[in-house]
Amino acid sequence: MDLLKQPFPWYLSGPLISITLLLLILVGKRFGMSSNLRTMCTVLGADKTCDFFCFDWRAQRWNLVVTLGVLIGGFIAVTYLSGGNAPAINIDVVKELNTLGFKSAGTSYLPLELFGEEVFSSVKGILILLIGGVLVGFGARYAGGCTSGHAIAGLSNLQLPSLIAVIGFFIGGLIMVHLIFPLIF
Amino acid sequence: MKNSVYLLIGIFFGIVLLKSEAASWFRIYEMFHFKAFHMYGIIGSALVLGIVFIQLIKRYNIKTFGGAQISFVDKKKSIPRYLIGGIIFGLGWALAGACPGPMFVLLGAGFFPIIIVIIGAMLGTWCYGLLKNKLPH
Repeated sequence: MDLLKQPFPWYLSGPLISITLLLLILVGKRFGMSSNLRTMCTVLGADKTCDFFCFDWRAQRWNLVVTLGVLIGGFIAVTYLSGGNAPAINIDVVKELNTLGFKSAGTSYLPLELFGEEVFSSVKGILILLIGGVLVGFGARYAGGCTSGHAIAGLSNLQLPSLIAVIGFFIGGLIMVHLIFPLIF
Repeated sequence: MKNSVYLLIGIFFGIVLLKSEAASWFRIYEMFHFKAFHMYGIIGSALVLGIVFIQLIKRYNIKTFGGAQISFVDKKKSIPRYLIGGIIFGLGWALAGACPGPMFVLLGAGFFPIIIVIIGAMLGTWCYGLLKNKLPH
């Protein structure tokens, strides 16, 4: 039990993610989290606005149930497995983030400057989170998948399109962190 | 009955995502600075074992728990769709520090500002639906 309260090392985490992929395949389903966003849009009535959302969302209900589980998993990890502790990130990264204004680097799981309750009263903070979300949602559907569908499931099945998508993920991430962050933080 | 299986798989995945720190904005930032092996180790080891699992399923024609045939559909060939879509996704992944799985993990973990990211992601998905036919695929 004590072991479960420690952060999971990469060599445990990676294989546990593959086991998630395997379990979903063995129950006859697919591994992909971002398609839930499309399903949720349809549930909320986006099917009245364009064809892309016209599909039987009930056929995707299983994935919404998985997502509900993921949410419960997050709750369990934080409440019972001391999962909300600060990751032991590289000390150079902590210093660099401190100079960018992220004083919470190295002391919390997420930057409080973006994920503390105060962010609800900061226009800049709200815009950063909202735009980040829009890019993730738009990009995931355009690319036909996200980290789970392409980087894990697609690459595990040796799909070239998934490799192109993952290269894209990294090009985008590097541009954001190295070229755009200095402009906004 | 089936629903409880999906729920349990989700709970398992949610715990792994949070405890692995793959749902931490800081880990994503660190990854894009190449300052730690952690995230590369997670994705790399997940991939190696994932390839083994899928090869075994194909080679030994392993069936689902319900006895059904498992089929893998090849993704449609294209470059612009995956590259441009991927870059847009990557920009958001680095900015919000969360991809679609971790978004829901973090909501469950009580980091409520992530709701703004989730609303954004749904808006982004909706915008894609509206613009789909005008985009190169």
